[in-house]
Amino acid sequence: MSRVASHLGNVVVLIGGLGALFGLPALAETYLIINATIFAAFAILALSLALIWGYAGILCFGQAAFFGLGGYTYAVAAINFGETTSAAALAILLPTIFAALLGYFMFWGRISDVYLGVITLTVSLILYRFVNQTAGEQWNIGDAPLGGFNGIPATPILNWPGRPGDQLAPENIFSLTVGLLLIAYFGCKILLATRFGRIIVAIRENETRAELLGYDVRLYKLAIFMIGGALAALSGLLFANSVFVSPTMFSLPVSGQIIIWVIIGGLGTLIGPLIGCILMQVLTNQLGTLNQVKGFAWVDPNLVLGVLLVVFVLLVPRGLTGLATDAWRWLAGLTRRRSPAAAQAVQERTSNP
Amino acid sequence: MSEPLLQTRGLTMRFGGVVAVDGVDFALQEAELRCVIGPNGAGKSTFFKCLTGQLPPSAGDVLFRGTPIAGIGSHAIARLGVGIKTQVPNVFDGLSARDNVWTAAARVAPGRIAEQRTDQAMERVGITAIAGRIVGQLAHGQRQLVELAMVIAPEPDLILLDEPAAGMTDEEVDRLVGLIRELNQRHALVVVEHDMQFIRRIARTVTVFHQGAVLIEGDVARILTDERVRDVYLGKRAA
Repeated sequence: MSRVASHLGNVVVLIGGLGALFGLPALAETYLIINATIFAAFAILALSLALIWGYAGILCFGQAAFFGLGGYTYAVAAINFGETTSAAALAILLPTIFAALLGYFMFWGRISDVYLGVITLTVSLILYRFVNQTAGEQWNIGDAPLGGFNGIPATPILNWPGRPGDQLAPENIFSLTVGLLLIAYFGCKILLATRFGRIIVAIRENETRAELLGYDVRLYKLAIFMIGGALAALSGLLFANSVFVSPTMFSLPVSGQIIIWVIIGGLGTLIGPLIGCILMQVLTNQLGTLNQVKGFAWVDPNLVLGVLLVVFVLLVPRGLTGLATDAWRWLAGLTRRRSPAAAQAVQERTSNP
Repeated sequence: MSEPLLQTRGLTMRFGGVVAVDGVDFALQEAELRCVIGPNGAGKSTFFKCLTGQLPPSAGDVLFRGTPIAGIGSHAIARLGVGIKTQVPNVFDGLSARDNVWTAAARVAPGRIAEQRTDQAMERVGITAIAGRIVGQLAHGQRQLVELAMVIAPEPDLILLDEPAAGMTDEEVDRLVGLIRELNQRHALVVVEHDMQFIRRIARTVTVFHQGAVLIEGDVARILTDERVRDVYLGKRAA
């Protein structure tokens, strides 16, 4: 049954992604396209945590650190280089190296799950504090001012490779982001089906057993942590292209949000956090406009999100994907109850998932 | 005598003031089958943990074919060819039985060969019928069998079994006895067990642990009739 859900997820992502990829730029106005680009960029961020938390069991509370580093590296490098292709490459590379360093200390130090969450959160908050106070000329990196809490409003937009100054239009950025989201999603799917991916999942299930079989758990965890860091950095790079970089990229709300997306969507799946992310973004946007409507001024998006999180943790711990799987099973049971043989088959399958 | 496969010299494991393993000298020859018995808390499982790197010994040496392995890490020891079935089954609860065994086989063999080895190991242990079941939902005895299949799939030179018969049905125990004899044709085994019936069926040489140290070691018939063994083990159990 979970295999059905997984295939269903693939189809949903493919149709949704391709539909957005070709439909939206033709139909929608620029404002909507830019918004959709931000959603898609955040969806890659959701994917990064879905991978390392849901499949490798690493609860990283600081994906925002790699997200922000990706954005800032891109902005600073692009301003200094005068072209963006190598800046984009550096924006992925540098946070990945940072993830390698951080991961090395955590995994070789055998830090337990809870402390790992605390350490990663602390790292992202340290970066947040640091970047926030970088106003003033002494914090210029080459030609790029870090700009303190204002960030870098002059974040350059990606140019076509090899043609500095020839910037991508918002529609192009959108297509690029959705395209990369699709590649990231199916890339993760493929990764999880490889030997490496299956062993990662086994390590999540029982670290001691994996060690006793001869797997160096630290190496595997470090590798997946770096992949998660690279994805978050990619997300930051794309976000920087649809908005601009500012210290809020490192902030607690961003870190918290990613975890909310994953919980609401369904931990242990890729499609869940992706859908959770987009739904929450749409919801936040709608709530943001709702309080201008008469009588709804009291509505605070964060409050609603908080209540939603509590409801999900308490009542729907397996998230939207779990809910969908249960509903699917229930429907299948209803339609098949008519013939006894089929009913038995369903029973066998549920007792034998 | 040739160099032992496994040897410990003065192996000691302390937890604060408690000495769980106290200066154990132990030697196991290639392809030997050794049973280790002793009352609860005698240090058998801690001894196993020291052998497999789950605990770094406080003092003493562990030699595998003459190479010191104390403190080099579980995965490195496993790679030398040591497989262990732990007392509390260490399995991948969320995965199917077959995926469990595959994870063991995939460490030593690539692609297609890993798949073949997985099927062979499951067949030898007799769990082919439950290949698709999620291990977390299996009975204790079946989980033991899955873990056993994981241990033998990589064909380690030394197999350590900590209470392998616990929770098994009579048929499963019969199969286990046959399997241990068969494994012993090519592999060395150390088996920790409480079930004396079981020990009688498989053992030749028995080592008795008591309060962290080796009390006595020798032929199974002699050990099981020994006064001191009765006192510390059977006596206590009857009391």
